[in-house]
Amino acid sequence: MNIYVLVKRTFDTEEKITITNGKIAEDGAEFIINPYDEYAIEEAIQVRDANDGEVTVITIGGEDAEKQLRTALAMGADKAVLINTEDDLDEMDEFTSAKIIAEYLKDKEADLILAGNVAIDGGSGQVGPRVAELLGINYVTTITNLEIDGTSVKIIRDVEGDSETIETSLPLLVTAQQGLNEPRYPSLPGIMKAKKKPLEELELDDLDLEEDDVEAKTETIEIYLPPQKAAGRVLEGDIPDQVKELVNLLKTEAKVI
Amino acid sequence: MSKKVIVLGEAREGALRNVSFEAIAAAKKISGGGEVVGVLLGDAVQSLAEEMIHYGADRVITVEHPHLKLYTSDGFSQAFMAVFEKEQPEAVVFGHTALGKDLSPKIASKLASGLISDVTTIEGEGDDAVFIRPIFSGKAFEKVKNKEGLLFITVRPNNIAPLSHDASRTGDVAAVSVDVTNLRTIISEVIRKSTDGVDLSEAKVVVAGGRGVKSAEGFEPLQELANLLGGAIGASRGACDADYCDYSLQIGQTGKVVTPDLYIAAGISGAIQHMAGMSNSKVIVAINKDSEANIFKVADYGIVGDLFDVIPMMIEEIKKIKTN
Repeated sequence: MNIYVLVKRTFDTEEKITITNGKIAEDGAEFIINPYDEYAIEEAIQVRDANDGEVTVITIGGEDAEKQLRTALAMGADKAVLINTEDDLDEMDEFTSAKIIAEYLKDKEADLILAGNVAIDGGSGQVGPRVAELLGINYVTTITNLEIDGTSVKIIRDVEGDSETIETSLPLLVTAQQGLNEPRYPSLPGIMKAKKKPLEELELDDLDLEEDDVEAKTETIEIYLPPQKAAGRVLEGDIPDQVKELVNLLKTEAKVI
Repeated sequence: MSKKVIVLGEAREGALRNVSFEAIAAAKKISGGGEVVGVLLGDAVQSLAEEMIHYGADRVITVEHPHLKLYTSDGFSQAFMAVFEKEQPEAVVFGHTALGKDLSPKIASKLASGLISDVTTIEGEGDDAVFIRPIFSGKAFEKVKNKEGLLFITVRPNNIAPLSHDASRTGDVAAVSVDVTNLRTIISEVIRKSTDGVDLSEAKVVVAGGRGVKSAEGFEPLQELANLLGGAIGASRGACDADYCDYSLQIGQTGKVVTPDLYIAAGISGAIQHMAGMSNSKVIVAINKDSEANIFKVADYGIVGDLFDVIPMMIEEIKKIKTN
Protein backbone atom coordinates (compact mmCIF):
# COMPACT_ATOMS: atom_id res chain seq x y z
CA MET A 1 0.00 0.00 0.00
CA ASN A 2 1.22 3.44 -0.95
CA ILE A 3 0.74 5.69 2.08
CA TYR A 4 1.53 9.40 2.45
CA VAL A 5 1.37 11.54 5.58
CA LEU A 6 1.15 15.36 5.53
CA VAL A 7 3.16 16.78 8.39
CA LYS A 8 3.65 20.29 9.74
CA ARG A 9 6.36 21.64 12.02
CA THR A 10 4.74 23.70 14.77
CA PHE A 11 5.59 25.46 18.02
CA ASP A 12 5.70 23.23 21.07
CA THR A 13 2.39 23.46 22.93
CA GLU A 14 4.31 24.67 26.02
CA GLU A 15 5.66 27.74 24.22
CA LYS A 16 4.55 31.22 25.16
CA ILE A 17 3.89 33.34 22.09
CA THR A 18 5.65 36.67 21.68
CA ILE A 19 5.67 39.08 18.76
CA THR A 20 8.71 40.87 17.34
CA ASN A 21 8.44 43.23 14.36
CA GLY A 22 4.88 42.16 13.67
CA LYS A 23 5.74 38.48 13.48
CA ILE A 24 5.56 35.57 15.91
CA ALA A 25 9.07 35.38 17.40
CA GLU A 26 10.70 32.01 16.73
CA ASP A 27 14.02 32.63 18.48
CA GLY A 28 14.73 30.00 21.07
CA ALA A 29 11.33 28.36 20.65
CA GLU A 30 11.01 24.59 20.67
CA PHE A 31 9.41 23.04 17.63
CA ILE A 32 7.55 19.75 17.36
CA ILE A 33 5.54 17.74 14.88
CA ASN A 34 2.00 19.13 15.01
CA PRO A 35 0.36 16.86 17.65
CA TYR A 36 -2.51 15.83 15.35
CA ASP A 37 -0.01 14.88 12.64
CA GLU A 38 1.65 12.50 15.12
CA TYR A 39 -1.60 10.51 15.23
CA ALA A 40 -1.55 10.45 11.42
CA ILE A 41 2.04 9.16 11.33
CA GLU A 42 1.31 6.46 13.94
CA GLU A 43 -1.78 5.32 12.05
CA ALA A 44 0.13 5.21 8.77
CA ILE A 45 2.80 2.99 10.34
CA GLN A 46 0.16 0.64 11.74
CA VAL A 47 -1.65 0.41 8.41
CA ARG A 48 1.61 -0.33 6.62
CA ASP A 49 2.58 -3.00 9.14
CA ALA A 50 -0.78 -4.72 8.64
CA ASN A 51 -0.94 -4.38 4.85
CA ASP A 52 2.65 -4.01 3.61
CA GLY A 53 3.66 -1.00 1.58
CA GLU A 54 5.51 2.19 2.29
CA VAL A 55 4.96 5.32 4.35
CA THR A 56 6.23 8.66 2.99
CA VAL A 57 6.01 11.78 5.14
CA ILE A 58 5.79 15.15 3.38
CA THR A 59 6.21 18.64 4.69
CA ILE A 60 6.48 22.15 3.28
CA GLY A 61 8.89 24.52 4.94
CA GLY A 62 12.53 25.44 5.32
CA GLU A 63 15.65 23.46 6.22
CA ASP A 64 14.58 23.50 9.87
CA ALA A 65 11.68 21.15 9.13
CA GLU A 66 14.16 18.35 8.42
CA LYS A 67 14.30 17.69 12.15
CA GLN A 68 10.58 16.86 12.33
CA LEU A 69 10.86 14.67 9.23
CA ARG A 70 13.73 12.74 10.86
CA THR A 71 11.56 12.25 13.93
CA ALA A 72 8.80 10.79 11.74
CA LEU A 73 11.36 8.50 10.09
CA ALA A 74 12.58 7.45 13.54
CA MET A 75 8.99 6.59 14.50
CA GLY A 76 8.95 4.23 11.53
CA ALA A 77 8.10 6.09 8.32
CA ASP A 78 10.12 4.84 5.34
CA LYS A 79 10.81 8.00 3.33
CA ALA A 80 10.53 11.74 3.73
CA VAL A 81 10.04 14.64 1.35
CA LEU A 82 10.79 18.26 2.19
CA ILE A 83 9.30 20.75 -0.22
CA ASN A 84 11.51 23.73 0.50
CA THR A 85 9.79 27.04 -0.26
CA GLU A 86 12.13 29.21 1.81
CA ASP A 87 13.70 30.94 -1.19
CA ASP A 88 10.61 31.12 -3.39
CA LEU A 89 7.69 32.19 -1.24
CA ASP A 90 7.25 34.95 1.32
CA GLU A 91 3.53 34.61 1.77
CA MET A 92 1.63 31.37 1.86
CA ASP A 93 -1.90 30.45 2.77
CA GLU A 94 -3.86 27.19 2.74
CA PHE A 95 -4.49 27.52 -1.00
CA THR A 96 -0.73 27.70 -1.53
CA SER A 97 0.09 24.67 0.64
CA ALA A 98 -2.63 22.48 -0.81
CA LYS A 99 -1.69 23.34 -4.38
CA ILE A 100 1.98 22.45 -3.77
CA ILE A 101 1.20 19.18 -2.00
CA ALA A 102 -1.37 18.12 -4.59
CA GLU A 103 1.09 18.89 -7.39
CA TYR A 104 3.64 16.62 -5.71
CA LEU A 105 1.10 13.84 -5.13
CA LYS A 106 -0.73 13.95 -8.45
CA ASP A 107 1.26 11.15 -10.12
CA LYS A 108 2.13 9.17 -6.97
CA GLU A 109 -0.96 6.93 -7.01
CA ALA A 110 -1.42 7.21 -3.27
CA ASP A 111 -3.82 4.66 -1.78
CA LEU A 112 -4.10 6.42 1.54
CA ILE A 113 -3.15 9.95 2.60
CA LEU A 114 -3.24 10.91 6.26
CA ALA A 115 -2.98 14.32 7.90
CA GLY A 116 -3.79 15.93 11.22
CA ASN A 117 -7.27 17.43 11.35
CA VAL A 118 -5.86 20.82 12.27
CA ALA A 119 -2.47 22.39 12.97
CA ILE A 120 -2.21 24.00 16.38
CA ASP A 121 -0.54 27.13 14.97
CA GLY A 122 -2.62 28.42 12.04
CA GLY A 123 -5.62 26.38 13.13
CA SER A 124 -7.53 26.45 9.85
CA GLY A 125 -7.83 22.70 9.19
CA GLN A 126 -8.12 23.28 5.45
CA VAL A 127 -5.15 21.67 3.78
CA GLY A 128 -6.22 18.00 4.02
CA PRO A 129 -9.65 18.38 2.39
CA ARG A 130 -8.24 20.84 -0.16
CA VAL A 131 -5.58 18.34 -1.23
CA ALA A 132 -8.19 15.56 -1.57
CA GLU A 133 -10.37 17.81 -3.71
CA LEU A 134 -7.44 18.77 -5.96
CA LEU A 135 -6.54 15.09 -6.38
CA GLY A 136 -10.18 14.18 -7.00
CA ILE A 137 -10.25 11.65 -4.17
CA ASN A 138 -12.63 11.23 -1.26
CA TYR A 139 -11.83 12.39 2.28
CA VAL A 140 -13.08 11.88 5.82
CA THR A 141 -12.10 14.32 8.59
CA THR A 142 -11.58 13.97 12.36
CA ILE A 143 -11.37 10.19 12.42
CA THR A 144 -10.95 8.20 15.64
CA ASN A 145 -10.82 4.69 14.14
CA LEU A 146 -9.70 3.24 10.80
CA GLU A 147 -10.13 -0.31 9.50
CA ILE A 148 -8.94 -1.27 6.04
CA ASP A 149 -9.88 -4.51 4.31
CA GLY A 150 -8.63 -4.66 0.71
CA THR A 151 -9.94 -1.41 -0.71
CA SER A 152 -12.90 -1.24 1.70
CA VAL A 153 -12.56 1.21 4.55
CA LYS A 154 -14.58 1.47 7.73
CA ILE A 155 -14.10 4.63 9.75
CA ILE A 156 -15.41 6.10 12.96
CA ARG A 157 -15.29 9.89 13.00
CA ASP A 158 -15.87 12.41 15.75
CA VAL A 159 -18.57 14.96 14.99
CA GLU A 160 -18.58 17.48 17.83
CA GLY A 161 -18.67 14.70 20.38
CA ASP A 162 -21.03 12.37 18.52
CA SER A 163 -19.56 9.52 16.52
CA GLU A 164 -20.38 8.47 12.98
CA THR A 165 -19.54 5.13 11.43
CA ILE A 166 -18.63 5.54 7.78
CA GLU A 167 -18.07 3.06 4.98
CA THR A 168 -15.99 4.13 2.03
CA SER A 169 -13.10 2.93 -0.12
CA LEU A 170 -9.53 3.66 -1.18
CA PRO A 171 -8.03 5.89 -2.47
CA LEU A 172 -8.83 8.13 0.44
CA LEU A 173 -7.55 11.04 2.51
CA VAL A 174 -8.29 11.06 6.23
CA THR A 175 -7.53 13.60 8.96
CA ALA A 176 -6.72 12.40 12.46
CA GLN A 177 -8.56 13.36 15.62
CA GLN A 178 -7.30 12.83 19.12
CA GLY A 179 -8.13 9.31 20.30
CA LEU A 180 -7.19 7.66 16.99
CA ASN A 181 -4.17 5.95 18.58
CA GLU A 182 -1.30 6.47 20.99
CA PRO A 183 1.67 7.78 18.96
CA ARG A 184 4.89 5.91 19.73
CA TYR A 185 8.09 7.58 20.81
CA PRO A 186 11.04 7.04 18.47
CA SER A 187 13.25 4.23 19.76
CA LEU A 188 17.04 4.54 19.86
CA PRO A 189 17.50 2.01 17.02
CA GLY A 190 14.73 3.90 15.20
CA ILE A 191 16.66 7.15 15.56
CA MET A 192 19.85 5.48 14.27
CA LYS A 193 18.02 3.98 11.28
CA ALA A 194 16.29 7.28 10.49
CA LYS A 195 19.63 8.90 9.72
CA LYS A 196 20.07 6.57 6.75
CA LYS A 197 16.52 6.70 5.41
CA PRO A 198 15.94 8.73 2.23
CA LEU A 199 14.98 12.37 2.68
CA GLU A 200 14.32 14.08 -0.63
CA GLU A 201 14.38 17.85 -0.91
CA LEU A 202 12.41 19.60 -3.66
CA GLU A 203 11.73 23.17 -4.68
CA LEU A 204 8.84 24.68 -6.61
CA ASP A 205 10.88 24.37 -9.82
CA ASP A 206 11.08 20.60 -9.38
CA LEU A 207 7.28 20.47 -9.30
CA ASP A 208 6.90 22.60 -12.42
CA LEU A 209 5.17 25.26 -10.36
CA GLU A 210 5.62 29.00 -10.82
CA GLU A 211 5.26 31.37 -7.89
CA ASP A 212 2.15 32.83 -9.54
CA ASP A 213 0.44 29.41 -9.59
CA VAL A 214 0.53 29.21 -5.83
CA GLU A 215 0.09 32.87 -4.91
CA ALA A 216 -1.84 33.19 -1.65
CA LYS A 217 -5.49 34.22 -1.94
CA THR A 218 -5.58 35.77 1.51
CA GLU A 219 -3.20 38.09 3.30
CA THR A 220 -2.36 38.48 6.98
CA ILE A 221 -2.15 42.20 7.65
CA GLU A 222 -1.50 42.14 11.38
CA ILE A 223 -0.65 39.74 14.19
CA TYR A 224 -1.22 40.71 17.80
CA LEU A 225 -1.51 39.25 21.27
CA PRO A 226 -4.79 39.17 23.16
CA PRO A 227 -5.16 41.98 25.69
CA GLN A 228 -3.70 41.04 29.06
CA LYS A 229 -6.45 40.13 31.44
CA ALA A 230 -6.41 42.10 34.68
CA ALA A 231 -5.81 39.85 37.65
CA GLY A 232 -9.09 38.46 38.89
CA ARG A 233 -10.49 38.43 42.35
CA VAL A 234 -9.91 35.50 44.67
CA LEU A 235 -12.78 35.57 47.16
CA GLU A 236 -12.23 35.34 50.89
CA GLY A 237 -14.06 34.18 53.97
CA ASP A 238 -15.91 30.96 54.78
CA ILE A 239 -16.68 28.78 51.78
CA PRO A 240 -20.49 29.20 52.08
CA ASP A 241 -20.05 32.99 52.14
CA GLN A 242 -17.68 32.87 49.19
CA VAL A 243 -20.20 30.85 47.20
CA LYS A 244 -22.99 33.32 48.03
CA GLU A 245 -20.75 36.21 46.99
CA LEU A 246 -19.72 34.42 43.80
CA VAL A 247 -23.27 33.68 42.68
CA ASN A 248 -24.23 37.25 43.49
CA LEU A 249 -21.28 38.62 41.48
CA LEU A 250 -22.10 36.39 38.52
CA LYS A 251 -25.65 37.68 38.58
CA THR A 252 -25.21 41.39 39.30
CA GLU A 253 -21.66 42.29 38.21
CA ALA A 254 -20.80 39.86 35.42
CA LYS A 255 -24.46 39.35 34.45
CA VAL A 256 -23.85 35.87 33.09
CA ILE A 257 -26.45 33.90 35.06
CA MET B 1 -19.41 47.97 -3.62
CA SER B 2 -22.27 46.01 -2.16
CA LYS B 3 -22.03 42.25 -2.39
CA LYS B 4 -24.31 39.30 -2.75
CA VAL B 5 -23.46 36.92 0.10
CA ILE B 6 -24.74 33.40 0.61
CA VAL B 7 -24.95 31.79 4.03
CA LEU B 8 -25.24 28.07 4.63
CA GLY B 9 -27.74 27.44 7.42
CA GLU B 10 -27.20 24.39 9.57
CA ALA B 11 -29.85 22.40 11.39
CA ARG B 12 -29.39 20.13 14.38
CA GLU B 13 -32.22 17.96 15.63
CA GLY B 14 -34.74 19.79 13.50
CA ALA B 15 -33.83 23.36 14.49
CA LEU B 16 -31.37 25.87 13.11
CA ARG B 17 -28.19 26.24 15.13
CA ASN B 18 -27.37 29.64 16.65
CA VAL B 19 -24.21 29.83 14.57
CA SER B 20 -26.42 30.09 11.47
CA PHE B 21 -27.95 33.32 12.79
CA GLU B 22 -24.48 34.58 13.68
CA ALA B 23 -23.37 33.74 10.13
CA ILE B 24 -26.26 35.81 8.76
CA ALA B 25 -25.10 38.79 10.86
CA ALA B 26 -21.57 38.30 9.48
CA ALA B 27 -22.94 38.10 5.93
CA LYS B 28 -24.91 41.30 6.43
CA LYS B 29 -21.70 43.13 7.40
CA ILE B 30 -19.77 41.74 4.45
CA SER B 31 -22.60 42.54 2.04
CA GLY B 32 -22.23 46.27 2.70
CA GLY B 33 -25.89 46.83 1.94
CA GLY B 34 -26.09 44.09 -0.68
CA GLU B 35 -28.15 40.93 -0.54
CA VAL B 36 -27.94 38.05 1.95
CA VAL B 37 -29.22 34.74 0.62
CA GLY B 38 -29.71 31.82 3.03
CA VAL B 39 -29.15 28.26 1.80
CA LEU B 40 -30.59 25.18 3.47
CA LEU B 41 -29.64 21.65 2.45
CA GLY B 42 -31.29 18.53 3.86
CA ASP B 43 -34.13 16.05 3.47
CA ALA B 44 -36.73 18.31 5.14
CA VAL B 45 -35.56 21.89 5.65
CA GLN B 46 -38.31 23.95 4.02
CA SER B 47 -39.88 24.78 7.39
CA LEU B 48 -36.64 26.35 8.67
CA ALA B 49 -36.38 28.91 5.87
CA GLU B 50 -38.58 31.58 7.51
CA GLU B 51 -36.40 31.57 10.61
CA MET B 52 -33.38 32.57 8.50
CA ILE B 53 -35.37 35.48 7.11
CA HIS B 54 -36.50 36.52 10.61
CA TYR B 55 -32.82 36.71 11.54
CA GLY B 56 -31.88 38.90 8.59
CA ALA B 57 -31.59 36.84 5.40
CA ASP B 58 -33.27 38.57 2.44
CA ARG B 59 -34.36 35.32 0.85
CA VAL B 60 -33.69 31.60 1.15
CA ILE B 61 -32.96 28.78 -1.25
CA THR B 62 -33.63 25.22 -0.17
CA VAL B 63 -32.42 21.96 -1.67
CA GLU B 64 -34.22 18.86 -0.41
CA HIS B 65 -33.13 15.35 -1.31
CA PRO B 66 -33.18 12.03 0.58
CA HIS B 67 -29.38 11.81 0.15
CA LEU B 68 -29.00 15.04 2.10
CA LYS B 69 -30.58 13.63 5.27
CA LEU B 70 -27.14 13.05 6.75
CA TYR B 71 -24.18 15.24 5.90
CA THR B 72 -21.62 13.89 3.45
CA SER B 73 -19.05 16.10 1.74
CA ASP B 74 -20.04 14.69 -1.66
CA GLY B 75 -23.79 15.19 -1.21
CA PHE B 76 -23.60 18.64 0.33
CA SER B 77 -20.99 19.93 -2.12
CA GLN B 78 -23.12 18.87 -5.11
CA ALA B 79 -26.17 20.62 -3.68
CA PHE B 80 -24.22 23.70 -2.57
CA MET B 81 -22.42 24.06 -5.91
CA ALA B 82 -25.73 23.94 -7.79
CA VAL B 83 -26.96 26.87 -5.72
CA PHE B 84 -23.62 28.66 -6.04
CA GLU B 85 -23.63 28.45 -9.81
CA LYS B 86 -27.17 29.70 -10.00
CA GLU B 87 -26.59 32.63 -7.64
CA GLN B 88 -22.98 33.60 -8.48
CA PRO B 89 -22.38 35.33 -5.13
CA GLU B 90 -19.35 37.46 -4.28
CA ALA B 91 -18.99 35.99 -0.80
CA VAL B 92 -19.87 32.85 1.17
CA VAL B 93 -20.27 32.38 4.93
CA PHE B 94 -20.39 29.04 6.78
CA GLY B 95 -20.35 28.26 10.50
CA HIS B 96 -17.04 26.94 11.82
CA THR B 97 -18.72 23.72 12.93
CA ALA B 98 -17.92 20.07 12.19
CA LEU B 99 -19.93 20.44 8.99
CA GLY B 100 -18.50 23.83 8.03
CA LYS B 101 -14.93 22.72 8.72
CA ASP B 102 -15.38 19.60 6.60
CA LEU B 103 -17.21 21.18 3.67
CA SER B 104 -15.72 24.68 3.31
CA PRO B 105 -12.18 23.67 2.21
CA LYS B 106 -13.62 21.38 -0.46
CA ILE B 107 -15.82 24.13 -1.89
CA ALA B 108 -13.06 26.76 -1.62
CA SER B 109 -10.70 24.42 -3.43
CA LYS B 110 -13.27 23.68 -6.16
CA LEU B 111 -13.62 27.43 -6.70
CA ALA B 112 -9.83 28.01 -6.51
CA SER B 113 -10.51 30.58 -3.81
CA GLY B 114 -9.13 31.53 -0.43
CA LEU B 115 -10.89 30.65 2.79
CA ILE B 116 -10.59 32.57 6.05
CA SER B 117 -11.56 30.03 8.72
CA ASP B 118 -12.66 30.42 12.30
CA VAL B 119 -13.39 34.15 12.20
CA THR B 120 -14.30 35.69 15.57
CA THR B 121 -14.60 39.39 14.66
CA ILE B 122 -15.28 41.35 11.48
CA GLU B 123 -13.97 44.91 11.23
CA GLY B 124 -15.29 47.26 8.58
CA GLU B 125 -17.99 46.51 6.02
CA GLY B 126 -18.37 45.53 2.39
CA ASP B 127 -15.10 45.73 0.47
CA ASP B 128 -13.26 47.10 3.50
CA ALA B 129 -14.08 44.13 5.71
CA VAL B 130 -11.12 42.53 7.48
CA PHE B 131 -11.33 39.40 9.56
CA ILE B 132 -9.87 38.59 12.95
CA ARG B 133 -9.18 34.98 13.85
CA PRO B 134 -7.34 33.30 16.69
CA ILE B 135 -4.05 31.56 15.94
CA PHE B 136 -1.95 29.36 18.25
CA SER B 137 -5.25 28.35 19.86
CA GLY B 138 -6.02 31.86 21.01
CA LYS B 139 -2.51 32.71 22.26
CA ALA B 140 -2.44 35.29 19.45
CA PHE B 141 -4.75 36.79 16.82
CA GLU B 142 -4.31 37.61 13.18
CA LYS B 143 -6.10 40.13 11.03
CA VAL B 144 -6.66 38.77 7.53
CA LYS B 145 -8.09 40.14 4.32
CA ASN B 146 -9.08 38.55 1.08
CA LYS B 147 -6.76 39.63 -1.73
CA GLU B 148 -9.14 39.24 -4.64
CA GLY B 149 -11.95 37.15 -6.02
CA LEU B 150 -14.51 35.23 -4.04
CA LEU B 151 -14.48 35.94 -0.29
CA PHE B 152 -15.13 32.84 1.78
CA ILE B 153 -15.22 32.69 5.58
CA THR B 154 -16.31 30.40 8.40
CA VAL B 155 -17.40 32.02 11.68
CA ARG B 156 -16.69 30.59 15.10
CA PRO B 157 -19.84 29.95 17.15
CA ASN B 158 -20.61 32.34 20.03
CA ASN B 159 -18.55 35.32 18.84
CA ILE B 160 -20.50 37.41 16.34
CA ALA B 161 -23.78 38.66 17.76
CA PRO B 162 -26.84 37.64 15.72
CA LEU B 163 -29.23 40.34 14.52
CA SER B 164 -32.40 40.63 16.53
CA HIS B 165 -35.20 38.27 15.59
CA ASP B 166 -37.94 40.02 13.64
CA ALA B 167 -40.95 37.82 12.95
CA SER B 168 -42.45 40.45 10.64
CA ARG B 169 -39.61 40.17 8.09
CA THR B 170 -40.60 38.42 4.91
CA GLY B 171 -38.67 37.16 1.93
CA ASP B 172 -38.81 34.75 -0.97
CA VAL B 173 -38.23 31.04 -0.31
CA ALA B 174 -37.39 29.04 -3.41
CA ALA B 175 -36.73 25.33 -3.74
CA VAL B 176 -34.04 24.19 -6.17
CA SER B 177 -33.97 20.59 -7.26
CA VAL B 178 -30.57 18.92 -7.51
CA ASP B 179 -29.85 15.32 -8.41
CA VAL B 180 -27.49 14.17 -5.67
CA THR B 181 -25.57 11.14 -6.91
CA ASN B 182 -22.39 9.12 -6.54
CA LEU B 183 -21.83 9.51 -2.85
CA ARG B 184 -18.49 7.93 -2.03
CA THR B 185 -19.25 7.58 1.67
CA ILE B 186 -22.09 5.78 3.43
CA ILE B 187 -22.90 6.69 7.01
CA SER B 188 -24.01 3.43 8.59
CA GLU B 189 -24.43 4.58 12.17
CA VAL B 190 -24.56 7.75 14.26
CA ILE B 191 -24.04 7.51 18.01
CA ARG B 192 -25.02 10.57 19.99
CA LYS B 193 -22.61 10.77 22.89
CA SER B 194 -23.45 14.30 23.98
CA THR B 195 -25.53 13.78 27.12
CA ASP B 196 -27.82 16.74 26.59
CA GLY B 197 -28.80 19.01 23.73
CA VAL B 198 -26.17 21.68 24.43
CA ASP B 199 -23.21 21.59 22.08
CA LEU B 200 -19.93 22.35 23.83
CA SER B 201 -18.63 24.73 21.16
CA GLU B 202 -21.89 26.73 21.11
CA ALA B 203 -22.65 26.65 24.84
CA LYS B 204 -23.06 29.97 26.65
CA VAL B 205 -21.95 28.30 29.87
CA VAL B 206 -19.25 25.63 30.20
CA VAL B 207 -18.55 23.76 33.43
CA ALA B 208 -15.20 22.02 33.05
CA GLY B 209 -13.53 19.50 35.31
CA GLY B 210 -9.90 18.50 35.67
CA ARG B 211 -7.95 15.90 37.58
CA GLY B 212 -9.45 17.30 40.77
CA VAL B 213 -12.76 15.70 39.79
CA LYS B 214 -11.08 12.38 40.69
CA SER B 215 -13.46 9.96 38.91
CA ALA B 216 -16.16 9.64 36.27
CA GLU B 217 -18.77 9.92 39.05
CA GLY B 218 -17.06 13.12 40.16
CA PHE B 219 -18.44 14.80 37.03
CA GLU B 220 -22.02 14.36 38.26
CA PRO B 221 -22.25 17.57 40.32
CA LEU B 222 -20.60 19.44 37.42
CA GLN B 223 -23.22 18.05 35.06
CA GLU B 224 -25.97 19.11 37.45
CA LEU B 225 -24.58 22.66 37.59
CA ALA B 226 -24.26 22.74 33.79
CA ASN B 227 -27.84 21.55 33.36
CA LEU B 228 -29.07 24.18 35.80
CA LEU B 229 -27.32 26.93 33.81
CA GLY B 230 -28.27 25.52 30.40
CA GLY B 231 -24.62 24.82 29.72
CA ALA B 232 -22.34 22.01 28.65
CA ILE B 233 -19.66 19.92 30.36
CA GLY B 234 -16.01 20.18 29.37
CA ALA B 235 -12.77 18.73 30.68
CA SER B 236 -9.03 19.20 30.81
CA ARG B 237 -6.69 16.79 29.12
CA GLY B 238 -5.76 15.44 32.54
CA ALA B 239 -9.32 14.36 33.20
CA CYS B 240 -9.59 12.72 29.75
CA ASP B 241 -6.24 10.94 30.08
CA ALA B 242 -7.34 9.60 33.45
CA ASP B 243 -10.46 8.21 31.74
CA TYR B 244 -12.90 10.27 33.82
CA CYS B 245 -14.61 11.37 30.61
CA ASP B 246 -14.57 11.11 26.82
CA TYR B 247 -11.94 12.94 24.73
CA SER B 248 -14.77 14.68 22.91
CA LEU B 249 -15.09 16.88 26.01
CA GLN B 250 -11.45 17.96 26.03
CA ILE B 251 -10.83 21.70 25.95
CA GLY B 252 -7.39 23.00 25.09
CA GLN B 253 -4.73 23.37 22.46
CA THR B 254 -5.47 19.84 21.33
CA GLY B 255 -9.20 19.49 21.80
CA LYS B 256 -11.89 22.10 21.54
CA VAL B 257 -11.48 25.84 21.83
CA VAL B 258 -14.45 27.45 23.52
CA THR B 259 -15.51 31.03 24.16
CA PRO B 260 -18.62 30.88 26.34
CA ASP B 261 -20.02 33.79 28.37
CA LEU B 262 -19.21 31.87 31.55
CA TYR B 263 -16.49 29.27 32.02
CA ILE B 264 -16.34 27.48 35.36
CA ALA B 265 -13.07 25.56 35.86
CA ALA B 266 -13.36 23.04 38.68
CA GLY B 267 -10.29 21.16 39.85
CA ILE B 268 -8.30 22.36 36.83
CA SER B 269 -4.77 23.58 37.53
CA GLY B 270 -4.49 25.58 34.31
CA ALA B 271 -1.73 24.14 32.13
CA ILE B 272 -0.83 26.49 29.28
CA GLN B 273 -2.35 24.00 26.81
CA HIS B 274 -5.69 24.09 28.63
CA MET B 275 -5.69 27.88 28.91
CA ALA B 276 -5.25 28.12 25.14
CA GLY B 277 -8.66 26.50 24.78
CA MET B 278 -10.63 28.71 27.16
CA SER B 279 -8.80 31.91 28.04
CA ASN B 280 -10.91 34.00 25.66
CA SER B 281 -14.10 33.11 27.54
CA LYS B 282 -15.93 36.23 28.67
CA VAL B 283 -16.08 35.43 32.40
CA ILE B 284 -13.94 32.75 34.05
CA VAL B 285 -14.53 31.23 37.48
CA ALA B 286 -11.85 29.03 39.03
CA ILE B 287 -12.42 26.59 41.86
CA ASN B 288 -9.29 24.85 43.09
CA LYS B 289 -7.84 23.61 46.36
CA ASP B 290 -4.39 24.92 45.41
CA SER B 291 -4.26 28.69 45.81
CA GLU B 292 -1.11 28.74 43.65
CA ALA B 293 -2.84 27.08 40.66
CA ASN B 294 -2.23 28.86 37.36
CA ILE B 295 -5.93 28.96 36.58
CA PHE B 296 -6.38 31.80 39.12
CA LYS B 297 -4.23 34.02 36.88
CA VAL B 298 -6.87 34.09 34.16
CA ALA B 299 -9.93 33.79 36.41
CA ASP B 300 -12.21 36.77 37.00
CA TYR B 301 -13.42 35.16 40.22
CA GLY B 302 -11.69 32.48 42.21
CA ILE B 303 -12.58 30.31 45.17
CA VAL B 304 -9.82 28.40 46.91
CA GLY B 305 -11.62 25.30 48.09
CA ASP B 306 -12.73 21.76 47.40
CA LEU B 307 -14.94 21.59 44.32
CA PHE B 308 -17.05 18.90 46.01
CA ASP B 309 -17.98 21.47 48.70
CA VAL B 310 -18.26 24.46 46.40
CA ILE B 311 -20.21 23.07 43.42
CA PRO B 312 -23.16 21.67 45.45
CA MET B 313 -23.39 24.98 47.31
CA MET B 314 -23.37 26.87 44.01
CA ILE B 315 -26.20 24.67 42.78
CA GLU B 316 -28.25 25.49 45.88
CA GLU B 317 -27.53 29.23 45.64
CA ILE B 318 -28.38 29.39 41.96
CA LYS B 319 -31.60 27.44 42.54
CA LYS B 320 -32.51 30.01 45.20
CA ILE B 321 -32.04 33.00 42.92
CA LYS B 322 -33.81 31.19 40.07
CA THR B 323 -36.91 30.60 42.20
CA ASN B 324 -36.96 34.20 43.46
